[in-house]
Order: sequence, then structure tokens, then C-alpha cells
Amino acid sequence: MNEISVLIGGRAGEGINIAGMLIVRILSARGLRAYMYYDYPSLIKGGHNFAVVRAAEEEVRCHREKIDLLLAMDQETVRRHIDWLKEGGSIIRDAGVVKGDGIAVDLDAIVTEEKAPPVTKNSAVIGAFSRACGVPWTTVEEVVRRAIPKEIEANLRVARRGYDLSREVLHLPATGRDPLPILSGNEAVALGLLDAGLEGYVSYPMTPSSSILHTLAGLAGRFGISVVHPENEIAVMLTALGAAYAGRRVAVGTSGGGFCLMTEGFSLAGMAEIPVLVVLGQRPGPSTGLPTYSAQGDLLFALSAGQGEFPRIVAAPGTPEEAWYWAGALLDLAWRFQTPTVLLTDKNLGEGIFSFGETEKRPALGPSLWKGEGEYRRYEIGTGGVSPLAFPGTAGATVKVNSYAHDEDGITTEDGAVVARMAEKLREKGVAAARVLEGYPCVATAGDPDAETALLCWGSTAGVCAEAAGRLGLRVVRPVVLSPFPEMRVKAALAGAGLIVAVEENITGQLARLVSVHGIRADVVVGKYDGRPFALEDLERRLQEATA
Amino acid sequence: MTLITAAKNTWCPGCGNFAIEHALKDVLVSLAEEGRRAEDIVLVTGIGCHAKIADYLAVNSFYAIHGRTLPVASGIKLADPALTVVACAGDGDAYAEGLDHLVFAAKRNQDITAIIHDNRVYGLTTGQYTPTSYEGFRGRSTPGGIRERPINPVALMLASGATFVARTYTRKMDHLREVLKAAVLHRGFSFVDVLQVCATYNNLTDYYNDRVYLLEGHDTADLGGAMTRAREWDYSADAPIALGIFYEEEAPIDPWPAMGGAGPEERGRMIRDILRERT
Repeated sequence: MNEISVLIGGRAGEGINIAGMLIVRILSARGLRAYMYYDYPSLIKGGHNFAVVRAAEEEVRCHREKIDLLLAMDQETVRRHIDWLKEGGSIIRDAGVVKGDGIAVDLDAIVTEEKAPPVTKNSAVIGAFSRACGVPWTTVEEVVRRAIPKEIEANLRVARRGYDLSREVLHLPATGRDPLPILSGNEAVALGLLDAGLEGYVSYPMTPSSSILHTLAGLAGRFGISVVHPENEIAVMLTALGAAYAGRRVAVGTSGGGFCLMTEGFSLAGMAEIPVLVVLGQRPGPSTGLPTYSAQGDLLFALSAGQGEFPRIVAAPGTPEEAWYWAGALLDLAWRFQTPTVLLTDKNLGEGIFSFGETEKRPALGPSLWKGEGEYRRYEIGTGGVSPLAFPGTAGATVKVNSYAHDEDGITTEDGAVVARMAEKLREKGVAAARVLEGYPCVATAGDPDAETALLCWGSTAGVCAEAAGRLGLRVVRPVVLSPFPEMRVKAALAGAGLIVAVEENITGQLARLVSVHGIRADVVVGKYDGRPFALEDLERRLQEATA
Repeated sequence: MTLITAAKNTWCPGCGNFAIEHALKDVLVSLAEEGRRAEDIVLVTGIGCHAKIADYLAVNSFYAIHGRTLPVASGIKLADPALTVVACAGDGDAYAEGLDHLVFAAKRNQDITAIIHDNRVYGLTTGQYTPTSYEGFRGRSTPGGIRERPINPVALMLASGATFVARTYTRKMDHLREVLKAAVLHRGFSFVDVLQVCATYNNLTDYYNDRVYLLEGHDTADLGGAMTRAREWDYSADAPIALGIFYEEEAPIDPWPAMGGAGPEERGRMIRDILRERT
């Protein structure tokens, strides 16, 4: 076989996520490329959690409907997922709590006999899984030593018991390749920000963006940055704007509800020309919606959030490598054009676990800084609408920023001619930003570039669309930058397509609506709005129906 | 050093904002004379009549949005602790739209100064009640008179852990100057409620003149005593109105780690290490 799919399920609080991660790391250590989707309800203990891991010789970025191995930590897992199991697939079960067939591993008995702490019991399943896949014990040991922070020896004893109780039921392909790093999309965002010189991150916890906050808070000491969690998202945005005004490269992170609270500050950033990057991790709405699931329902919100007209750059990465790249690029662009930018992600990308490949190098793009000559005017009319920046504390400069319509000095004005000129200045920045973005990978394509049928998608459906298109002989056109919209490049990529199918994880077809403004008509919208990602076969069926 | 811009002043004749503007200007000039660089001073304002002070004072300024002066000030101070950050806010800003930020700024105790231009009425929106308007106040949104009690901001700030809590009055120019300077010099979050006359919508000059007195012989280290004094006048019922520093204490001022970061090479090395750890 050249790929494997595994599902591990149990109750919330039983460490299913961590067990899934270990499976990913073990498969990766065998030279495979892996992906994990983690499905969990919004609660702390109890409820059903499961992780689906898929690994193959080549990059995988979505899950399948069928699995080779079912690892059941409770009876509920078997009840819910037995239909996912392929003919000839195998079950590994916690014999103490799960009845039925399959490889039996009594977790409680093992930890008791090994005098190991109860938290180690999943390791017995990991051991059993590894043996079932023919993974050498040395690999299991290496990965456990690298990936588990504590109780390593106890975990290894427990894992070994599971390993010895199991039997080989399938063979993994041997690639001989070096393993890639394993990252979540949110970790890729965090590292991309750090790589681009982030100096501060301000955020209020909200799923699915919280793990960026946690990751950066954990790394803050090492990198010398400040990670701050203030009273609410309004304070988050305004604190970030204060810090950026004083010269610091900062980003904020949230989800839709938090971004609602940030919009007044977002508009302020537009008017006062203050750089800030918002990481907006989407989840299903409206309102509180489905906190731990995913959606692409906030595209039009991100494009229009905040009163008034001002330039904004919005990019929706589809892969963890793109998330890394655009986190940094949007920070650069926010500073170059002194305007807010949005990195639009979602739960599937942010909390998905991936084998992380190579990232592209960002073009060099620095801010325009005041050279200290003459009288400083914060909003000086200059080339392309970008006025040189100075920060408070700069000798000889008085730096006045303003939420009101203002003149070049930053003093409030109601003079019609000045107001109009300043609006044009903002527009010039938008035009200049669009020109600079021509040097960036704003549109991604996949599949057969000459295919009659084109999938038009955005964000985290990148992987499933690319794979389905490859199998069905379709082309994929995926705008990554959504504002300013790369109309010419999208049109060029769609040239000659007879049928355009928009694939979106929303119900109204928001990208389809966006492209219609640019004279592109999506013939069909294939929408998904149950909070779950498309499985490969699921999307293929939907596409076959749509194109029949 | 004049510190006054060329912007045309549009406050009403008799407005208490003139007193605050000039007192603050005098304080900033004296700080500059004592060696603080004018470039290191930053003024943050909200939205309302008070906020025009950002246009009128020739210092670095962030003319922010309604209610949000304090988070902006927090961000500036976090970004560059060498700056002297003064936030001017109206009573609508500080006690209505941005009350959460006020409580948290007090709790957090960053070294910033909040000056509340408390005229107890919305001026720029032409006369509505604010959180400190007295019971029965008739404004344009409450023509029948408000039937709720005002907030007592001095008591609120004492309860919230502010390390410098004072009240002053725009018709006592020397006192105003003295309190504002002490507030700016205090290490930690300083809160000053300035009873400000609104000449057009809420002219309480006579009322204040008859009732204000200066706190003398008051122990500013005694929180209980400060609270008793703060409760003497509830911003509504008739009572003597104490002016001065109610409370002052020294406490840690760095709630958050400083902003900064490694150079590109060091960052790159650390990131490569992390990626290696994750294989």
C-alpha cells in the first residue's frame, strides 16, 4: 500500500489529540508525509473526540472517508466509526472498556502492572498501532523520547507492552526520506510571524486562534517578544495600535466574534494609517456558532469590516507553508503601506497537523522611514500615498496621528479639499499595494491547467481540491490574496474554462459573489456548512454531481 | 517653549477645557525644563470636547476613538517604556464607553496618567447625561430626568487598585497644575478626576465653588481613609467636595514583558532549532 489512514477516538480529556500527534510523528519518522484532522466538541471532559491521520509517500492535505485502522479508546468510537473501516481493516481496542473484535490491549491493566501513571496509558495503544504497521521498536522509542515531555521511561514501558501484544496487519511504504517537521497551521502562523520580526502579539483567547497565543506565549522568552492578553478584543486592537504607533511590529489574533469587537479599531488603523496584522481564524457562525469546528463564512466580513473606505490587504493561505509565508508577508505589507492586513485562516488549517514542507522566501519589503530632514509631517503627501514614518521619541519630530479626518500634520480638519485629498491618498496606497503584490504569489493553481472544468476555491480547501482535481482531471484556481483582488491573474488562470465550480465551506458562496464583481461567473457552488472539512471522496462525489 | 499648535481653538468661551489645556501645558513645560525631552511625551485622547486638546498641544499625540484612550496608552507604554504617556479622556469616554479599560488600567498599574475631563455631560453631542451626571439630570436623551445614580469614579478607582487617585477642579488653577504634575510624576497608574465646567450644557461653577475644599492632613497611604473621603460626596446629593490626592502607593509597574526581539540571524537559528525539534 502507498498510504494509510488511521482513526483514534475516545472521550474528551483522554489525550486523543496528543495520541494522534504521536501517530503522525511515528509515520513521519518512517519517511511518510502526514496530515491529521482533529474533531472535538466544545467541552473540557467527556464527549467524543477523534483524530484522523492520513499518511502517504507524497504530501497529503486532506482525509479520506475510509480508514485502515481504528483505534478505539471507548465503545462510542467503535459505534460511531465502524462504518469508516475498510474491508479487511483492523481494530485496536482498549480491552478493558471496548468489546468486540480486534487487537486487544487492556490499558488499565498495563499501567497498573507497569506501575506507570494513568496518563501514560495511551502509549500502549501507540505501541500496538506501531507494531500493527510494522514500525520497528527503535523508531517508536526515538519518537517517544523526542515528542513526550515527561514520564518518558514509563511511557516507553507501557508502549512496549502494547507493542508486544499487537501483530503486524499492514505494511507501510518505505520511502527512505528524511522526516519533515510536524506543525499545526497555527504554529506555522506563529513561526512565520517570528521569522518576519514580530515584536509583540496581543490577543484574547478564542477558538480556533488561541493556539497562536499559546505558542507565542511559550516562545516569548526565547525570542524576546511581548505576548499580551488584555481585557477584551477591543483592548487587544487598541493596544496593538498604540504599540505600532510607537514603532513595534505587532499582530493580533482572534475569530469572528472577537473581530466584530475589533472592527472600530480596524477602521481607526485605516484612517490613522497604523500598521497592524489581524489573524482571523474562522469558525462557523453566526454568533457563537460552532466553536471547535470550521467554516469559510467570514470572507466578505473581512473584506468589508470597519466603517469608511481604506485600503486593506487580505490573504487566505491554503496550506501551512502559505500560512507561514503570508503571516510574514502581511506584516511586511502592513508596515510598508501603513494599513491593516488580515490573515484569514480557519479551524481546519489552524488546528490541522501537517508535515511541513519548504516555504517560499518573501520579497524584501521594508517600511518607509523619516530621514530626519525638515519639519516632520505624519501624513505628508508623498509618492504613492505612503508618508514616511517617525515614532514618538524621535528627535525633532512631533508625531500626531488622528482618527478624525486630518491634514498632513495630523490636525483635525473639516476642509473639503483636504478631506478629499486625504481620501485620495488612501486610495493611492491601495493602488501601490496592488502593484507591489504583483511580485507575490497571489494566485495558486493545481491540477490540469488546460482542463475544461475549473474549481475556484480559497483557503483551507486547497489540499482536498488539489487532490480531487488531480484524480478527476480538473484544474484548480485559488486566489490567496482576496484584497486587493488579483483580478487579472485569476482571469488568466481561468482562461478557457468552460465550467467554473466554486468550492467553499459556506452556504452562500462568498468567493463566487466576490469574483462576480470582477466579471467572473461561477456556474455552480459546491458548499459545505456542517463545520467539518471535505473528505476526499465526499468532494469527488459532490463535484461529479455538480459537473454531470 | 509654547507647546501650542496653530490649530484654531473651538471650545466654547468659558469652557473648563482651557484650564486643563494650560495646566497640562505648564506641567509638560516644567518637566521639559527639568530634563524630560519634549519628544518623549505622548498625549492620547478619546473623542469629545476634551479630545481637541490633541490638536491644540504641540506634542506627540494619538487622537484615538471614543472610550479607547487607555488601551492605546497601554500599548504605547508597552512599546516604549521611556515615553511619558498621558491619556486625556472625557467622562463619557472613561466611565461609559471605556469603563472596562479604566478598571483594567488601574488593576494593571502601568506607568501612565489618566486625566478625566469630568464635565458630567456630553458636550459635543449637545447635552446628554453621562455616568457622573446627578440624579434627576435633564438631558436631551432624558428629558424627564435620569432615575439612576451616578458612578463615583474616585471610589471606583480606589476599589480597582489604582495607585494614585486624585480629584481637582478647573477653577482652582494652581491646584490643578500641582495635582496633574504629581500624577505624571507618580510611578504607576495615576487617575485624576477633574471637575470641569461645561459652560454651555452643565455650568456647575457656583455649585462647585460653594462646596469644594482641599484635603489637608489626609493620610494618602490610608486606603480606608481615602475611601471614606471619596464617599463623602456621591456626585449627586449635596455634600462637601474634597479636592486633592486621596491615595498614593508604590507598586510594581511592569505587568507585561517588554516588546522587542532578536535580530534576523538569531531568529533564524532559533526557528531552525524549533523545526528540528518537531521532526
